[in-house]
This record gives sequence, structure tokens and C-alpha cells, in this order.
Amino acid sequence: MDKNELTGAETLVYAKPRLVNDTEMHYCPGCSHGVVHHLVAEVIDELGWAEKTIGVSPVGCAVFAHKYVDIDWQQAAHGRAPAVATAIKRLNPDKMVFTYQGDGDLAAIGTAETIHAANRGENIAIIFINNAIYGMTGGQMAPTTLNQMVTTTCPEGRDPRIMGNPLKIVDMLALLDGVCLATRQSVHTAAAVKKTKRMIKLAFENAMANKGTSIVEVVSSCNAGWRMNPVDANNWMAENMLSVFPVGDLKNL
Amino acid sequence: MAKVKGYVEVNTQRCKGCNLCVVSCPADVLELQPREVNDKGYHYVYMKNPDDCIGCANCGYVCPDAVLTVYRKKIEEKEKV
Repeated sequence: MDKNELTGAETLVYAKPRLVNDTEMHYCPGCSHGVVHHLVAEVIDELGWAEKTIGVSPVGCAVFAHKYVDIDWQQAAHGRAPAVATAIKRLNPDKMVFTYQGDGDLAAIGTAETIHAANRGENIAIIFINNAIYGMTGGQMAPTTLNQMVTTTCPEGRDPRIMGNPLKIVDMLALLDGVCLATRQSVHTAAAVKKTKRMIKLAFENAMANKGTSIVEVVSSCNAGWRMNPVDANNWMAENMLSVFPVGDLKNL
Repeated sequence: MAKVKGYVEVNTQRCKGCNLCVVSCPADVLELQPREVNDKGYHYVYMKNPDDCIGCANCGYVCPDAVLTVYRKKIEEKEKV
């Protein structure tokens, strides 16, 4: 069989999502952000909501998300994405509003905004990329950094007696009455990617159905920040991070 | 019995050579170019064993840069020569 016999519209199984434009992503090779961007674009396209979706991008590596996914975006100040999304959703109740945030943004500087938006039960979806590190600024310790994990600001490993324990913020958010969906997923294998896509779709549907706040945490790798190659980083994530941040639904109403 | 054949098209200039597709492939089809690089200097992925591809698209799903386009076709045994 040669290429011409196999390729064609009827045999197509996977292609670059339609809503992802041709701009090359600035992410490091093997970064989980790219995979989640594609999932967001695919889900919005499948739902047919390209014209009524507004994304709120964070400060962090994903600050340039607006350059890659062809929908409306607003970029928020560091950690304030849920507050900005609250305003957008309240003023445009017919739009689907979601935020896309990293762990430094959502779980550190934006903890208050995140918790109060979820507690108010704002009808938004929050995509939370947890890679246990500040990726953009050079791999500093984040609230979600694992105990004994080495970063540039804890070179001898995170010591919980001095630096506290990894913050399980989605477990905390699941306790709030305003939250209808709190789930933790990963994107290191094809099966995990498909599961994450289903949960992102559910979160977006919840946001439009005015069911409350939906949070999808994606346990991710940051191979550059962790000083590993992409394959080793994914393996390290599966071995170490998933025991602290186990995959599964914490709340699904 | 029907047999499944797949084909992976690579956007070589967009590939960053992260190797995630290579380890995700259950049929050991893909490999990074050992010597060739693209304009950015990355060893891009190519089909080392194209005959083994089953078009499962695992590589496409895990690719962070949407480099891969995957095709799959069912082939009836009688068509085989």
C-alpha cells in the first residue's frame, strides 16, 4: 500500500483540530500545554460553540493561548482569571466562558479568586494545568511542588516542615457547594488524553447549563523545568505525581 | 478477515522531536530521524516501519504540536496480492 491509497477524507482518523491555527506554539518540546490546547479546540469545535466561547488566559506559559486557538480570548492579570471570567459570564450569560490556568496562577497568587469564584458557583469552567512548578519563570517551587522535589528555589528538595505540603486545591474546591464538577486527569497517554477530553466537554456543557463551577485539573509534566527529557518527564509524572494527585472524579453532580 | 492499515503524515517543519509519539506507538512504527533535522534543528519523526501502522492515532493524540495526521483503512484479505 502506498501513501495515496491510504490518505483521504474518508480514511482520516486524526488531524490538527480545525480551531488551532498555524502559529507555531512557543511551548518547549513535549509540553502538556499543547495537548490540552488541542483538546480545548476540539471540544469547542465539536460543540459548535466557536462563536460563543470566551477563554480567559492566565499569566504563565499559557499566557499566549490566544495566539493558538481561534476563539475569543481575554488575558487576565496574574491569578485573576476566575474574577475576570465571572464578569464576562455575568455580562454575557449566553456565552461559554472558561479559564485556562497553571498551578502558580490558580493555586498561589490566585487562590482567593479561585476559591471565591467557585464558592459563588459562577457558571464558568476552569482548566487547571498542574505541573508542580513555575514553568515560565525558570522552575521555581510552586504550592503544588511535591515533597522532596528539587526546584531552583528548593535545591535540596521541598521540606514540608519549612515550605508546607503540596496544595491539593481541587480537593478543597470539591467541598464547595458552588462546584458541580471537580475532576483530576492527565494527558501522558492516548487513553488519558481521551478521558481528559470527555471531562473538558462535560465542564463546558455544565458552564452553559448554568450548573455551577466546573474544575478540570490536568496533571502535567514540565520537562524543561524538571530538567528531564519529555519521555522521562512523563514517566516521572506517572510514578511520582499521580500518587499525590490521583486521577479521578472528586465531584460530579 | 479485514486487516487495518494506517498511515501517519508528518508535518516535519512543525515537529519538535519530543519523542512522545514514538513511545506511544504500540506497533513500533515511528522513530526520530537519526541524522536529518528540520529548519529549527529538531530531529523530526518519520515512519520507520510504515507497513506495521494500524492507524490507531495514539501518536496524534499525544502530540503537543499537532504535527501528525493519521489515516486508517480497512483492507479485505482477498484484495491482498
